[in-house]
Amino acid sequence: MIGIDFSQVWGILGQLGEGMGASVMIFALTLLFSMPLGLLVAFGRMSKWAPLRFLQKEEVKQPVGLGGKIKAGVLGFKPIQFIVKIFIAILRGTPLMLQLIVVFYGPFYLFGMQLPRSYRFIAVLIGFSVNYAAYFAEIYRSGIESIPVGQYEAAAVLGYSKSQTFRRIIFPQMAKRIVPPVTNEVITLVKDTSLAFVLTYEEMFTIAKQIAAKEGSILPLFVAGVFYFIFNFVVAFVMERIEKAMDYYR
Amino acid sequence: MKVLEINHCNKKFGDNEVLKDISLSVSEGQVVSIIGPSGSGKSTLLRCATLLETMDGGDLVYLGEYAAKADAVGKAVYSDKESLRNIKKNFGLVFQNFNLFPHYSVMRNITEPPILIGKRPKDEVYREARVLLEKMGLSDKEDAYPFQLSGGQQQRVSIARALAMKPKMLFFDEPTSALDPELTGEILKVIKDLAAEHMTMVIVTHEMAFARDVSNHIIFMDGGVIVEEGAPQDVINNPQQERTKAFLGRFQQ
Repeated sequence: MIGIDFSQVWGILGQLGEGMGASVMIFALTLLFSMPLGLLVAFGRMSKWAPLRFLQKEEVKQPVGLGGKIKAGVLGFKPIQFIVKIFIAILRGTPLMLQLIVVFYGPFYLFGMQLPRSYRFIAVLIGFSVNYAAYFAEIYRSGIESIPVGQYEAAAVLGYSKSQTFRRIIFPQMAKRIVPPVTNEVITLVKDTSLAFVLTYEEMFTIAKQIAAKEGSILPLFVAGVFYFIFNFVVAFVMERIEKAMDYYR
Repeated sequence: MKVLEINHCNKKFGDNEVLKDISLSVSEGQVVSIIGPSGSGKSTLLRCATLLETMDGGDLVYLGEYAAKADAVGKAVYSDKESLRNIKKNFGLVFQNFNLFPHYSVMRNITEPPILIGKRPKDEVYREARVLLEKMGLSDKEDAYPFQLSGGQQQRVSIARALAMKPKMLFFDEPTSALDPELTGEILKVIKDLAAEHMTMVIVTHEMAFARDVSNHIIFMDGGVIVEEGAPQDVINNPQQERTKAFLGRFQQ
């Protein structure tokens, strides 16, 4: 740490301050939108709706139990599940940076739409939220599918409706099981907020890069790194508390 | 009065005929045990009766109300959702693996269904739940979570959960198969007590001596059909069919 002038660090922090706020904002709003959206995507991914099934022969149509599988084939085609699968494949299979660019520049280059300056922030939020929703959806799905079928059966015999069963029996148990993978995603999101620089949205990393270029110093980037590290330290701490809070049952 | 009636029930899984023209009826206060080797269809029959599986053909009737009715060609046609929801109130089911809700305390496992589904007053449900817990010898466990209980205790909670809904009859699906012999005894005792109170019950079990002692009627199933049925002493001690003799041979020695 020889040669670091701490007054210089304070100066950088002052300049980065506003950017930090923007980074935290992207982070918080992305979680706020992507977590519920992910649940919706997960439902679509698990959709068993097959509109052509009525054309199938009776004995093939009969579901086997609650977790039963219906024989596949053209007539067993599930359109919602299919579309959502493709949606998830694209969002997980292409770079988030590219997705941000498409969301921001797409409306103009594809449709000639003129969007206001404020769209920059909205584009960042759409890009992040949709991308993270795809990841969360798969986490939710794995959680939901890990709940034993006996839980559904016990609820069914007691007279719980489908939505009561999900809200009261399945969802709470799923929530507990998915905390570790969700923690992973949330930590990744903290670091991913820096990708907003491709849209020159003024979050912290964008500003840090600008200062670094202007002053020919690596110090601003170092300060940025420390910021992400501390941010994630806090996130990990909070997630651990959440995990502990759910530890009252197994 | 007949609590449950099943007429000409058929069930296939793909090409596999699991239940072939099964008929049975259970009167109020009767205890019926269903015995038979694995794969004989006894659990499937129980799952059809409790609406966890759908029958392909036949009638399913609770207290004169049709849950499913055979049409002109014998195909089972199920009633609408609302009727089925009402019919479900007639019975409870105790599972082999208990299937308690792990995120609920013992008390909440027992009280949530009557309050939420039965729409009954909270204080009344809690009072009755405490009586049930006392009966099950679990008064000190109302705030415990299922993972803190032994298998036998969990099964007693699940019996209390079923009873809290005040069903007209109870089904037991191999209630002791997941328990060691010591814990099996405590569950069998609870079921015997219920029988003494004239609870209507259908029990799928591998406990032959218990089936003989507790039931009024025994059904021996194999290969998806009822091979033999009758009074417990007759079926267990003096079976007529070769298949029954072979199955019970081990037990009688």
